[in-house]
Amino acid sequence: MSVIYILLAISIVVAIGFFIAFIMAVKSGQYDDSYTPSVRMLFEDELIKENSKKSILTKKE
Amino acid sequence: MEHKTCFHCGLDASTSEITFDEKSFCCNGCKTVYEIFTVNDLSCYYDLQQAPGATPKEIAGKYNFLDNPKIVEQLLEFNDDKTQIVTLYIPHIHCSSCIWILENLNKLNPEISDSTVNFGKKTVRVTYNSENILLKDLVTLLNSIGYEPFISLDDYSIGKKEINRSIIYKLGVAGFAFGNVMFLSFPEYFEVGEFWLEQYKHLFRWLMFFFSLPVVFYSAQDYFISAFKGLRSKILNIDVPIALGIIVLFTRSSAEIILNIGSGFFDSLTGLIFFLLLGKFFQQKTYSYLSFERDYKSYFPIGITKINEEKEESIQVYDIQKGDRLLIRNEELIPVDCILIKGKARIDYSFVTGESKTVSKQSGDKLFAGGKQLEGSIEVDVLKTVEQSYLTQLWSNDIFKKDKALAFTNITNSISKNFTIAVLSIAFLATAYWMFVDSNKALNVFTSVLIIACPCAIALAAPFTFGNILRILGKKKFYLKNASVIEQLSKINTIIFDKTGTITTNKETTINYEGLQLSQEEEILLKSTLRGSNHPLSRSLYDILNEHEILTLNDYKEHLGKGIEANYNNQNIKVGAASFVGHSMDTATLNTCVHISANNQYKGKFTFYNKYRKGLSKLFNRLKKDYDLVILSGDNEGEKDNLTKLLPTKTKLLFNQKPEDKLEYIKYHQTEGANVLMIGDGLNDAGALAQSNVGIAISENVNVFSPACDAILDASKFNQLHHYINISKSAIKIIKWSFLLSLIYNMIGLYFAVTGQLAPVIAAILMPLSSISIVVFTTIATNLLGRKID
Repeated sequence: MSVIYILLAISIVVAIGFFIAFIMAVKSGQYDDSYTPSVRMLFEDELIKENSKKSILTKKE
Repeated sequence: MEHKTCFHCGLDASTSEITFDEKSFCCNGCKTVYEIFTVNDLSCYYDLQQAPGATPKEIAGKYNFLDNPKIVEQLLEFNDDKTQIVTLYIPHIHCSSCIWILENLNKLNPEISDSTVNFGKKTVRVTYNSENILLKDLVTLLNSIGYEPFISLDDYSIGKKEINRSIIYKLGVAGFAFGNVMFLSFPEYFEVGEFWLEQYKHLFRWLMFFFSLPVVFYSAQDYFISAFKGLRSKILNIDVPIALGIIVLFTRSSAEIILNIGSGFFDSLTGLIFFLLLGKFFQQKTYSYLSFERDYKSYFPIGITKINEEKEESIQVYDIQKGDRLLIRNEELIPVDCILIKGKARIDYSFVTGESKTVSKQSGDKLFAGGKQLEGSIEVDVLKTVEQSYLTQLWSNDIFKKDKALAFTNITNSISKNFTIAVLSIAFLATAYWMFVDSNKALNVFTSVLIIACPCAIALAAPFTFGNILRILGKKKFYLKNASVIEQLSKINTIIFDKTGTITTNKETTINYEGLQLSQEEEILLKSTLRGSNHPLSRSLYDILNEHEILTLNDYKEHLGKGIEANYNNQNIKVGAASFVGHSMDTATLNTCVHISANNQYKGKFTFYNKYRKGLSKLFNRLKKDYDLVILSGDNEGEKDNLTKLLPTKTKLLFNQKPEDKLEYIKYHQTEGANVLMIGDGLNDAGALAQSNVGIAISENVNVFSPACDAILDASKFNQLHHYINISKSAIKIIKWSFLLSLIYNMIGLYFAVTGQLAPVIAAILMPLSSISIVVFTTIATNLLGRKID
């Protein structure tokens, strides 16, 4: 058995793996809205910023 | 006074004098929202965007229909014992602050477990615990923070809609196979005859074969279906040569590897389908948040209050029976034809007729569906059910069932007919020639011609050009429904305008005074009198009068539906209708007037004229050279003189046109060969918009509702209309040049094919090269075009 069969098998398995991942991503609705996630990912920081701001305020008082 | 704006909504707040936390607000509603947010640690809302909010509206009783579990059930996407999921459309969603606050709803109410915004569609999907919070509470909560959801008859059973993602799947499959086949077919192109390749090439070829199976039988199936449909109705559309090319490519390649005579054209095959689907995908991406398919259902409420022996009950609009007694609240739409029983009705029929003036009705009068009640609540008796009412019957006209895109042959299909015939005759001629010279090569030549002539580049030219033009026009606030609109737009020769709301603005009016000059004292008195009145005409008249000190009136009386009367130091003033001020002449005038008399002496009248959009005259003068211009108005003739002065003499002016009249007018002219562009704004134009070749709805705010149409134009860009028509014409030119370019590629390919020397490597180079160069050419050309009109 030549090594090329193993390599081919691996490459195809990897490719099919990515393909399945793509299909699942589409199915879960990731491609339905391509704008909101780009805004949403920036929000986590805002929440923390707000908390820290509050603590500064309380220190002042 | 210092100019201040509302911290919450950004409106002018200089006169309100409401301050809280050292911030000024335009009204108590906005202040309350601010308080809600600060109390719940959500003031970050104002950091993301300046003044992002909207004033919450008074909704008492408006959502009572959500008490009806049958209605709620229809709106829900998911319903368990405890959990309910609902997707609500919120027109106000416009910035990152909106996303942030709506996704933090659970801080306002812990029973809400999850909320996800889809910014493109302006929807929020909320998951909540239905044991402790009802849909009505959720809607009330959203309204209290200024995000009132819009629930209409259109949403009924919306939770059951499936999203069609098949184009992404097909594209994914084709792309996946294309990449793998490329990689497997490469070795044979370069190192033919080498030992190890000889040993493994059969494996490689069979792998390519299996990769191409899903592409041919799944990804490409739309082309086969469309070609089959075309042939059945005897039309040679562009999909016929494409489908033929795919079939020949696949059978010849399979035959080659089965008979072990070559490697086949699997890379060209998968590449071709991948590029074609890419073009389709590119063209299909349109504006998900705009709806071009609205009918009366989008305007109508779902539920209505029925009065049942002194008890109020919410019922579905579809359940309204003849003879029911209904309660119509202030600002509510009348869903059915009915008779007014109790209360004073002032109905705004602008939805149905386009007439801008409101109509007062007495009990016993007939009210038509589609009118909006403006003054308080009324009670009505139902005459007809929803489907049989006047307004909804307009929609049973056949024109609303016809798909415009199918009714006309587009530029690609018209060229493909000649193209297909030419390709087939070349194929047969070449085969016949080779039969005599070298019959072994005849079949090879026949298939080669069909393969190389596959009009991939021609099929790509239109989607990429139109797709890009759609995007460019979208940036310039002209939103098209789909690509075929561009082509239709380039062919029009008649432009028809609606009047109210289309060539006039809804917001502003110009006011002229005719009559005796008012003395200084009279003007002061008039201004002071108007100050007390809340009537819209009084408000706009008040705004245009010069600044005066405000007098404290001795006596002030408002006569409903007639006018106002005031006294100050023996001076008497009457403002209102002609009969009210004691003036009998001149009742023939059709414009809205406010008459003035002082001390029982008639002074004169203020006439309200519609204000025309900026650049109207200029636009008409530009358009008159190339197009027939017509104005079809549902209004009376009051503005006729004004319009004839303003517009080119050639312009036809028609007044008192009912919705059906407009539709028939367009239909008649179309039978005479006119290609009509209709520009309108209201539901009353819906029939005309659907009948015309291209229907453009003009809108002050593209996010609010416009009738079903082919395109939506932002009102501020109205004077740019001629540019947009010119762009569509240039787009057609670009496509024609692309056709020429791709024909050159085909000539080169055909040379190889006819002489019998088409090796897979030549096809593999030529086909992607032609496709990519077409894409590059159209993209550059359309972008240059877009830059020209700035």
